Amino acid sequence: MELDFGSAVADFRDEVRTWLDEHLVGEFAEHRGVGGPTDGEAWDIRLAWDRELASGGWLGIGWPKEYGGRGLGLLEEIVFEYEYARSGAPYRATGNALDLLGPMLVAMGSEAQKQRFLPRILAVEELWGQGFSEPGAGSDLASVRTRAELDGDAWVINGQKVWTTFGMHAHWLYVLARTEPGSRRHKGLSMLLVPTDQPGVEIRPIRSLAGQDEFAEVFFTDARTSVDLVVGEVGQGWRTAMGTLGIERGSTLLPLQLTFEREMDALLRQAREQGALTDPMLRRRILDAWMSVRIMRTTNLRTVAELLGGRTPGAQATTAKLYASTNHQRMGHLAMEIAGAAGQLVQDGYGLDTRQRSFLISLAETIYGGASEIQRNIIGEQVLGLPKDPRPA
Amino acid sequence: MELTFTDEQEELRKTVRAFFARHATEADVRRLAADDLGHDPAVWRRMGEELGLQGLAVPEEYGGAGFGYVELGIVCEEAGRALLCGPYFASVALGAEALIRAGDDQAARDLLPGISVGTTIATLALTEDEGRWDEAGVRMAATLSGDTWTLTGTKTYVPDGHIADLLLVAARTDTGISLFAVEAEAEAEAGAGAGAGGVTRTLLPALDQTRRQARVDFDGARARLIGREGAAWPVIEGTLATAAILLAAEQVGGASAALDAAVEYAKVRVQYGRAIGSFQGVKHRCADMLTAIESARSAAYGGLWALASGNAAELGVAAALAKVSCSETFTEVAGGNIQVHGAIGFTWEHPAHLYFKRAKSSEVLLGTPAYHRELLAAGLGF
Repeated sequence: MELDFGSAVADFRDEVRTWLDEHLVGEFAEHRGVGGPTDGEAWDIRLAWDRELASGGWLGIGWPKEYGGRGLGLLEEIVFEYEYARSGAPYRATGNALDLLGPMLVAMGSEAQKQRFLPRILAVEELWGQGFSEPGAGSDLASVRTRAELDGDAWVINGQKVWTTFGMHAHWLYVLARTEPGSRRHKGLSMLLVPTDQPGVEIRPIRSLAGQDEFAEVFFTDARTSVDLVVGEVGQGWRTAMGTLGIERGSTLLPLQLTFEREMDALLRQAREQGALTDPMLRRRILDAWMSVRIMRTTNLRTVAELLGGRTPGAQATTAKLYASTNHQRMGHLAMEIAGAAGQLVQDGYGLDTRQRSFLISLAETIYGGASEIQRNIIGEQVLGLPKDPRPA
Repeated sequence: MELTFTDEQEELRKTVRAFFARHATEADVRRLAADDLGHDPAVWRRMGEELGLQGLAVPEEYGGAGFGYVELGIVCEEAGRALLCGPYFASVALGAEALIRAGDDQAARDLLPGISVGTTIATLALTEDEGRWDEAGVRMAATLSGDTWTLTGTKTYVPDGHIADLLLVAARTDTGISLFAVEAEAEAEAGAGAGAGGVTRTLLPALDQTRRQARVDFDGARARLIGREGAAWPVIEGTLATAAILLAAEQVGGASAALDAAVEYAKVRVQYGRAIGSFQGVKHRCADMLTAIESARSAAYGGLWALASGNAAELGVAAALAKVSCSETFTEVAGGNIQVHGAIGFTWEHPAHLYFKRAKSSEVLLGTPAYHRELLAAGLGF
């Protein structure tokens, strides 16, 4: 099944296809299918690829022209993502800034912030990390403790952030901090833009269970940022952050889903080669994996079609993350079982093959962007209208 | 191809849902479940005459409204939500569909208009004692003498076969499987043999009292060949794929209603001083049920779009996917509804069991999930 985007965007689609055909060559082509939202594989090549995309004007195609975007619509963005995924181009290294920070700044940033930051994100000149989570505030962001106090024309920041994806590469961080001393829960928080190139910011990579430096912890000790680098209003950081999380839960599934399809194709190839399809137990699981991938695709197409039609997406837009992350983990286990004995060994330097890496990294998918348990609460409370969990006053 | 519903389709859904809310209430379902006929002829008549639901997707030249499968899917989903008792699925998804697919213009002109307005109730008589939905399951033979075909033998598990006026029967001839139309009131052909009694329909006591099954005995019954002799299996296969998708839509509707009931109860039932829906053990189960339903819905709607697009290659795969996914989801959710209700959900008085039994029975109708997984595997070339 394919989305029929209609003749209106046929030229645009051809333009995307042609450009990708011409530029996805050499080293870039060799890294087809590499990477993911929290997968740091082949970082330098992917960064170079992002710059190649930037030079072609393919980053931020939905962003306003005055900030370096193309000012195109949702339809073109979706067409681009489809063609991009179809080409197998590497997962974009700067997706965090493109998918989360950028739209947040477009929606809530000051004019000066937009002019200062958006063009540099699109040119891949400045890389960004997200400073939301803390050791004591993972899924429960309202318990953020990092604090910022005004000192003349600067915010002075103290505290610690963690799970900052690709944080060791970041030139800037967007940080949720408590700006009203003594405030509780989601009140008194602000969203600050903080440069990392200063003595008060220390960034330490954290090695993931896949052996990669994907995320980092960040320590702020009297770190400073300019008073005008608050996104949205002072004290309204919760609203700003929630807008970002809404975007995160919706937008990242489309390209991921197409990644899963490629993995499914590879899994099937392997299963055929090894005769796994003749094993009734494996065959059943392979069929179920295939079905889950097809369902993810249709679910995404439903959401896309609703968005394009100007409708509010239905409940599937909320349940999709839970379904996708759960089933992708199942696929990972299945791929490892098909690999059999060979799956136990890795290359020197803990070098993983695509299948092993995807299997291990899939363990994070039911945690990041809202853990599955949080997703179930969101579905139960916000979609089904069930009573909220008892929460501390 | 549309991947979302148009305003007109949403309007149809509203109309149909409101109609069923009035005419297929729980009291109606219980009354009809206890009644031998198993449906309300007055409601059936209004569905045909006022709403035109039976002929919705029948081409206009055969007396229908000429809408598509997406519209039909919407009606099936709403019928499933209401647990509609009656021969809608049998007559429309099986009977009319087989006639449309057979490509026999004269037969379509003769037989479809009655089905379209609801004056004729049709069904497909395919399965025999083994309960198989595949080609090899068709054992019954048709006999030709002169230019008259007669059928002798037994079909069973025939959906709404006890009230069907018109039976579309699969039977073997020398050249393969053929499709025959048999009037339920048909008499035996003269000289068909001693004791020849035409057609005998026997209602079978069923676990799911909301959808009836019958045994139909043919004893020298006069039959009309539909389409080409020996060429009917692809027609039947296409019909079953279509019906599987429409049944999947019905299952999504049933599952949605079961979840709605569970959620409503979880909001008001208080235990340990709190509404039970505030406990994560219950809340998360409801969230999982919704996630399963939305995924099954994707499979069912994907099937409807495959039907609407007329892509025959895609149809078999889409149908198997929809049948497996929606069957398993409906059963899981209907069982979950009983669980959330606790002991009251396990009683005859509570409607939860009606959905659960419909779910389990629908899971088997047209073939079990295991059977459809094999169809899927074949369709994908595994």
